Amino acid sequence: MIGPLRAMLMRDLALASGGSAGLGLVFFLLVVTLTPFAVGPDLALLARIGPAILWLGALLATLLGLDRLLQADHEDGGLDLMYLASAPLELMVGAKILAHWLTTCLPLVIAAPLFGAMLDVGPTTSLRVALALLIGTPALACLGAVGAALTVGLRRGGLLAPVLILPLAIPVLIFGVAACDATRDDFAPLGVLGGLALGYAVLGPVAAAGALKLLRD
Amino acid sequence: MGIFSPITALANPARFSAFSARALPWLSGVTALMMALGLYLGLVVAPADYQQGETVRIMFLHVPSAWLGMMGYTVMAAASLGVLIWRHPLADVAAKAAAPLGAAFTFLALATGSLWGKPMWGTYWVWDARLTSFLILFLMYLGLMALRSAIDEPSRAAKACAILTLVGSINIPIIKFSVEWWNTLHQPASVLKMGKPAMDPSILTPLLVNALAFTLLFVTLHLAAMRTELVRRRLRTLRITTASAAPAFAPEPAE
Repeated sequence: MIGPLRAMLMRDLALASGGSAGLGLVFFLLVVTLTPFAVGPDLALLARIGPAILWLGALLATLLGLDRLLQADHEDGGLDLMYLASAPLELMVGAKILAHWLTTCLPLVIAAPLFGAMLDVGPTTSLRVALALLIGTPALACLGAVGAALTVGLRRGGLLAPVLILPLAIPVLIFGVAACDATRDDFAPLGVLGGLALGYAVLGPVAAAGALKLLRD
Repeated sequence: MGIFSPITALANPARFSAFSARALPWLSGVTALMMALGLYLGLVVAPADYQQGETVRIMFLHVPSAWLGMMGYTVMAAASLGVLIWRHPLADVAAKAAAPLGAAFTFLALATGSLWGKPMWGTYWVWDARLTSFLILFLMYLGLMALRSAIDEPSRAAKACAILTLVGSINIPIIKFSVEWWNTLHQPASVLKMGKPAMDPSILTPLLVNALAFTLLFVTLHLAAMRTELVRRRLRTLRITTASAAPAFAPEPAE
């Protein structure tokens, strides 16, 4: 059972190393760059809303690759091979989500402290943002997979998946930003964020695989 | 099976059509009477609040709308289970018909809430926990309707929407809890905190009558929308069968 999963993971990682992996990072940097133009270059204000900007930028950047996550496999027939694999479809989708997270979300987590410095977010808060993103982005990737699975094969699916997914991502955003607050001593928001990530790690692959099975034509 | 037998009997689309054709005029009549009674009690009989004045009457529309906005999603979630477990076509007809209704009532709840907020809070919109939760519910309705309109084939649209509805219904309690927690975190100072005094019967009775009238309105509209949807599907099938039969006789159209 491990064989097909590893093959899936390796294939997606190899495909992503073709160059599309950096695009989300550039988009993230652009969101961070645009914010001072919108709210003014006041560093005190930017430092205050910095974690929120980083979270919004990361949230939007995770949506970028969604339209290709399953659509590319639908077009080249890879999806049919996934149905035939000896591993359950849920785990195959899980392997795809893991590859998506490693190539799209992990760079955002690593870059977040760097971009935080540009917004004058202190080192402690920056590390908290990175930690919160590290725990929260898998939840976003799992939710994103549901949106990608529901819109597979649609001509107008590109914008639809974010519209379906963003309302559901609100709890992750709330607790993600709250976990960045350096004035809090407790790790309660981080704990809830971890709980959300674990819950969506189950819900995401199961719902996405269910959608793929039902919508298979 | 005892209590389910009337429901399973109605699951037959033809029998449902016959039943709803007979029930709709009666339901419409009762709904109109109840709405008239509810509005009369709410707008004329009920006294103005000593604190909120006449604006308290908005509540007679606001609370039933909010209740139906939530009931609409519950109906859709139940129907979605019917789609996924029993693969019943009528379940999807019910789910599809409930979406715009639920969205409309959620919008009404938001609109009346913000109209009530202007004199009470001094602003049309406050990021209050309940208003925010309803806004998210409204967005979820819109997402569902967008997904349905993006998929051409009804049976595929039914399954996709059923999955999204169920994923959403798992998320709704999480969203509600998160938003409430978020709201206590950033408590805005300007929000007028409403106490929770015991509701006087002079207010409670019109409210309950209105809630019943609005529920009847929902049921009536839902039944009518389901009938329309059934006809629309029959028409679609007819059109497809005639279209697939036609090319055998007609020449290929010139490019």
